Amino acid sequence: MASLRDIQSRINSTKKTRKITSAMQMVSASKMAKAEQNTKAFEPYSKKIQEVVAHIASSATDATHPMLEKREVKKTGYMVITADKGLVGAYNSNILKSLYHKIQERHQSKEDYTIITIGRKGYEFCKKMDLPIAQSIIGIGDQPDFADIKQIASETVQLYADEEIDELYILYNHYVSAISQQVTTTKLLPITDIEEHSNNTSFHDEYEYEPNEQQILEVLLPQYAESLIYGAILDGKASEHAASMTAMKSATDNAGELIDKLTLTYNRVRQAAITQEITEISGGVAALE
Amino acid sequence: MKTLTVSVVTPDGPVLEDDYEMVSCKAESGELGILPGHIPLVAPLSINAVRLKRGNTEDKLAVNGGFMEVRPDKVTILAQSAEKPSDIDIERAKQAKERAERRLQSRQDHIDMLRAELALRRALNRLNVSSISR
Repeated sequence: MASLRDIQSRINSTKKTRKITSAMQMVSASKMAKAEQNTKAFEPYSKKIQEVVAHIASSATDATHPMLEKREVKKTGYMVITADKGLVGAYNSNILKSLYHKIQERHQSKEDYTIITIGRKGYEFCKKMDLPIAQSIIGIGDQPDFADIKQIASETVQLYADEEIDELYILYNHYVSAISQQVTTTKLLPITDIEEHSNNTSFHDEYEYEPNEQQILEVLLPQYAESLIYGAILDGKASEHAASMTAMKSATDNAGELIDKLTLTYNRVRQAAITQEITEISGGVAALE
Repeated sequence: MKTLTVSVVTPDGPVLEDDYEMVSCKAESGELGILPGHIPLVAPLSINAVRLKRGNTEDKLAVNGGFMEVRPDKVTILAQSAEKPSDIDIERAKQAKERAERRLQSRQDHIDMLRAELALRRALNRLNVSSISR
């Protein structure tokens, strides 16, 4: 059996770990609240842009845009949103697993797809598995501004415009609630399903387009696609902090359990030592009589 | 005097929502002035100042591209960034301007000229807006 001192030092170190994990839990909780706020702040923008895009797309008679049209798929792009660091439970592995399954299922060769990674974990996974990476960004911070992700968003949209990729999927953890996140795969490009969302809009008038619909679409659609990417990243960030909070909470709980168990053992060992001493003393006394 | 509601939204959140009598801005195709009761309109904006008039006062915003949606009683500006004069970091804009100018002057192939030019226009726009209002 371990000595008293060994057990004591284990208890102390576990206590220290518990302090750290509970601090991290609180940090994640506040980050999650902030991320939720960011998502809310972004909502009016995304709603409005969706409304206008839907309206133009549904009313446009002769205006067309490559982003609205399906074309033969030669190469698929996957945008994967992961965290930069671990300690977030199954957050990263869930996404990467789903990505890997998708690729296994759909593609025969590496020529058929490419990956855009956001976050270090996704990048490292693709490097390790030797998957093709078209773009990557690492270290976008906990509360990304639009300016931080503008470049990768527009470069990704550009990949589609240049016909490097013919469709684009985005994989991220959708924030359902603080304790539940869901791996979500959305088809981003070509934009096909805008009409679905548009039924609640209240358009009664026809718009004038200045200078014309075609040019508006050229400005609007890339901006729309970028806003969808930004929205997914915000959603992913909120999930990341929520996952990290849950992971840290269970780590704190486990540390507490371990401390209880160790304390019990410690007391038992201590008691055993005392009993033994008493037995030895009384044995010694008996021998003297 | 009739007014129209102006709201400016960016991905980082709403910047402004208020009633004004007139909105003047620069669209891609030229200067536009919007008064209450304008016909519904959608127009892309260039990187420039948006001027909002109410009575004798005039507010300015540095708007970085995006587009505007006009309805008879409401103007919505959707831009990737928009700043009030008080929110503009002048030092940073100055630095950005110098950096962009240096890049444009160096005329090297590996520098993306278009991007440097856009950066210069954004910086000039910010400086312009912040200086007029003081």
